Amino acid sequence: MEKRVVFKHKFLPYFLVAPQIIITLVFFIWPASQAVYQSVLQEDAFGLSRSFVGLANFAYIFTDEIYLHSIYVTIIFSFLVAIIAMSLSLLLAAMADRVIKGATAYKTLIIWPYAVAPAVAGVLWYFLFNPTVGIIAIYMKIFGYEWNHSLNGGQAMFLVIIAAAWREISYNFLFFLAGLQAIPKPFIEAAAIDGASPLKRFWTITFPLLSPTAFFLIVMNVVYAFFDTFGVIHVITDGGPNNATNIMVFKVYHDGFLSLDLGSSAAQSVILMIIVISLTVIQFRYIERKVYY
Amino acid sequence: MVEHRPWLTFVTHAVLILGMLLLVFPIYVTFVASSHTLDEITSDFSLLPGSHLIENYKRALSVGPRDVGATVGTMMLNSLIMALGITVGKIFISLIAAYAVVYFKFRFRMFFFWLIFITLMLPVEVRILPTYKVAADLKILDSYSGLIFPLIASATATFLFRQFFMTVPDELCEAVRIDGGGPIRFFFDILLPMSRTSIAALFVILFIYGWNQYLWPLLITTDEGYYTLLIGIKRMLDVGEGQAEWQIIMASTMLAMIPPVLIVIFMQKQFVRGMTETEK
Amino acid sequence: MADVSLKNVYKTFGKTEVVHGISCDIKDGEFIVILGPSGCGKSTLLRMVAGLEVITKGEIAINGTVVNDLEPADRDIAMVFQNYALYPHMSVYKNMAYGLKIRRMPKREIEKRVFEAAKILELTEFLNRKPRQLSGGQRQRVAMGRCIVREPKIFLFDEPLSNLDAKLRVQMRLEIRKLQEDLKVTSIFVTHDQVEAMTLGDRLIVMDNGYAAQIGSPLEIYEKPATEFVAGFIGSPAMNFLPARLSADGKQAELHGNIRLPIQNGGFPSHGGQEITLGIRPEHFVIDESKTAIMHLNMDHLEILGADTLVYGHFGEDETQLTLRLPAVYHFQRNTLLPLTVSSKNLHFFDKENGQRIEK
Repeated sequence: MEKRVVFKHKFLPYFLVAPQIIITLVFFIWPASQAVYQSVLQEDAFGLSRSFVGLANFAYIFTDEIYLHSIYVTIIFSFLVAIIAMSLSLLLAAMADRVIKGATAYKTLIIWPYAVAPAVAGVLWYFLFNPTVGIIAIYMKIFGYEWNHSLNGGQAMFLVIIAAAWREISYNFLFFLAGLQAIPKPFIEAAAIDGASPLKRFWTITFPLLSPTAFFLIVMNVVYAFFDTFGVIHVITDGGPNNATNIMVFKVYHDGFLSLDLGSSAAQSVILMIIVISLTVIQFRYIERKVYY
Repeated sequence: MVEHRPWLTFVTHAVLILGMLLLVFPIYVTFVASSHTLDEITSDFSLLPGSHLIENYKRALSVGPRDVGATVGTMMLNSLIMALGITVGKIFISLIAAYAVVYFKFRFRMFFFWLIFITLMLPVEVRILPTYKVAADLKILDSYSGLIFPLIASATATFLFRQFFMTVPDELCEAVRIDGGGPIRFFFDILLPMSRTSIAALFVILFIYGWNQYLWPLLITTDEGYYTLLIGIKRMLDVGEGQAEWQIIMASTMLAMIPPVLIVIFMQKQFVRGMTETEK
Repeated sequence: MADVSLKNVYKTFGKTEVVHGISCDIKDGEFIVILGPSGCGKSTLLRMVAGLEVITKGEIAINGTVVNDLEPADRDIAMVFQNYALYPHMSVYKNMAYGLKIRRMPKREIEKRVFEAAKILELTEFLNRKPRQLSGGQRQRVAMGRCIVREPKIFLFDEPLSNLDAKLRVQMRLEIRKLQEDLKVTSIFVTHDQVEAMTLGDRLIVMDNGYAAQIGSPLEIYEKPATEFVAGFIGSPAMNFLPARLSADGKQAELHGNIRLPIQNGGFPSHGGQEITLGIRPEHFVIDESKTAIMHLNMDHLEILGADTLVYGHFGEDETQLTLRLPAVYHFQRNTLLPLTVSSKNLHFFDKENGQRIEK
C-alpha cells in the first residue's frame, strides 16, 4: 500500500479527496444510517409521530407471510438464474476456447447482451411471451399450451428467470473465456499426452483450474440476482401475479414507495444491507487468489 | 495440438451458433417488430422485417408515444446526459481521489480509503427511501443533478485507478521532482496521459452503467420532461394491454439498446479490459 | 560545477539505521563512484544527495551551501535512474525539454540545448520517437541527454548500466567517461559492478552495510584495501584468504603446513603472535619450479579462458581453497602438485577479528 514517493503537501490531498468523500457521506453514509435508524422506529407517512420500537419492525416482517414468501422467491430466483447463466456460459466459453477460426466474431456476438439493461432485457422477453402479441406465446397456443404469465405464477417466475439469466450469460461468458485462456497450455497438453479425452481433460484439469473464476462468478451472479434485477421484475410482472415474483429488492421498493410503510421498508433495507455486506466480505476474503488475466 | 476429432469440432461450432442465436433472437424479434405497423403486430406476426421502419422511428423520436408526455427524442437526450454525467463525474472524482490516496501522506488517508470502500457495500437498492429523502431535501428531484450526483461516488473506479497508479514506477515521479515539477505537474503532465487506457476502459463500463440506470431514475423523476428512455419505455408498457403501441415501444427499445451495444462492439477491447480490471 | 561535501551523513528508516556516518569531500569536476553490494546503502546515499530521501543526521553541502532542506528541484542536480525513468508518452525531444520547460526557459534556448545534447549523444535522428521505440542503449542516452540539457552542478547516476547487456555496458562506460571528461561536471555514480567502478572513478567510496569501508583512488583500493571486505570485493577472481599467524617477532607469517612467508619492511613487531587473515590475489601467484617455491597447490580443476587460465585447488592439511590466475594457457592434470611462490609485496594482512588492514 505504500509508495516510496510521497508528496508532503498539507492541504492538496484533502481537496483532491473531497468530492468523493462529500458525495459518499451525503448520498451513501447518511442515507444508510438513516435507514438503520428508521428501521427501529415506527413513523407515520407524514413524519408527524415517531416512536422507538426496537426490533419490533424486524419481528413484524419476519412473521409477515408475504415477506417470508419474498425471501423464498428471491432464493429460488437467484439460485436458478445463477445455475442457468453459469452452466450455459461455461458451455459456450468452453466451446469458444476451442475454436480459432471465427473466435472474435463469436465472442463479439455473445458478449453484447451485457450492454442491454436488465430492464430492457425484461422488455424483450416480455414481448416474446406476451399473451396477445408475443410470438412464443402464440406458438405455444397453437400447440395447445395456454401461456399467460400475468395469471400463472410459475410461468411468471419462468419468464423473469429467463430474462435475467439471458443477460448474465454474456457476463459469465466473458470471465469464463478469459479464465480458460489464462490456463497455461502445458497443463492441457500434458493431459493429452497422457491419453485423456477432451471431455475428461475438461473435467479433471480445466474445471478445477477454473474454480476461482467460477466461485467469483457465483458471488457476482447472486449479487446480480438479488439487486440488479429490479428492472426485470418491475417491467415484466410488477412483483405478481400474487407476489409470485416479489423478490426482496422489489418488495422494499413497493412497501417504501407505494405503500409508504416506512418502518417495514427500512427494516427490509437493513436486511438487504446485511446480505450485501456478507456477500462483499465473502468476495474479498475468499476470492483473494484469483486468476490474473 | 494435433487432434482429429471432426465430430467434436462440428459440435463446438453448432453449440456456439445455437448459443449465439439464443442470445440474439430476442433482439432480432424486437427489431422486426419495430418495422411493422401496430396492426401488423397484433394480427399477423411474421419473422421478417416490415417496411415501416423509418416511419416508426421518426414518430417515436419526434412525436412520442400517445400516453407518455414526452418524445423518445427527449428521453434519449435525458438518458445521454445522465449517462455522460455519471461517466465523466465518476472518472473525475475517482481519479483525483485515487491520486490523493496513493501519492500523498496525510492524516485520515486510510480512513478516507475505507470510507470509499464502504460504498461498494451500499448499492442504491439498500437505501432507496433515505437517499430519496436526501435528494428531495436538496431539491434535486426532477433534475439532471438528481439523476447524476447521487450515483457518482465510485469505489470500483477509485480502486482501478489506485491499482494502476501503484504500477507506475516511482522513478517517474522522482524524475519530475528533479526536473522541477510538483504534484500538480506530475498529475497533468505524466500520470494523466499514462492513464489514458484505464480511462477509456472505465469510460465504456461506466457509460453502459449510467445509460442502463433504472431504479434511481424511476424514483427521482415524476416530471415527464426528465424521463429517461428506460423509464419512458416502462411507462409505455403500463398503459394497458390492447392499447400498447408495440411498434413504438419496440422502436424505443431498439434505440435504448443501440448506444451501449455499439460501444461494446466497437470498443470491445476496452470493454473487456474494463470488466476484468474492475472486478478485482 | 560544484564541490559536494558529505559530513557524517546518517539515514534511518523507521527503527533501522542504514547509513552510518559517511563523510567525504568531493572536489569540483571529480567523478566519484559509490561501490558496494546490494543493500549496502549506496543508492540511499545518492538519493540523499539528490533530495529524494530526507537526511536523518549530518549535512550535505553543495558549493558550501547546506542543502538538507532543499527540494531536488532547487539543488540544481540531474539524475540518471536505473530504469531511465523516461516519460513514456513523450517523444525524445519532449523528454529532454521537460525540465527546461518547467523552468520556463524560452523555447529557442530549449531547442538549442536539446539539439546540442542530441548531437553529442548521437540522438538527433531519434528526437521524434517515443521511448518504447528505442533500444536500451538509446534510452540510456536519452536519460543522459535529459541531464546534459539542464547544465546542472552535479550529475547523479543510479546504476544506469545494470540493465544493459555486457557488450553495451562496456561501450556506454566509455561514453559516460568521455562525456564527463568533456563536460567536467562533478559526478556521483552508484554501482555494484567493480569493473565499472575501477574504470570510471577518480575516487571510489566502497560501502559495506552502510559504512564507508574505504575511500580512495581505484589503484589505492586495489593495492592497499583497508578491510577484508574491500579486499574481497575488488578484483576478479576475488582475493584468496588464508588463516595464518604472525611469528613472535612479527616478521613472518606462518601458514598451515609449516609454511613461512617473510613480511617486507620489517614486518609488524607490535602484532607478534597474533592470529591474522592473509590475503593473496589470484593474479599474484607465480609458478616456481626452483627451490624457492613456498607452497604446493593440489590442483582440482582448470578454467581455460584463452588469455588466462584459472586454477582451482587446495593446499595444506585443512584443504584451504585457492584460486590462481595464470597468464597464458596451461594444461595440468588433476591432482598435480603445483609449486608456487608469491612476492612479499603482494601479501595483505588483516586482523582476524575485525577484518581491518594491519599496518605498523
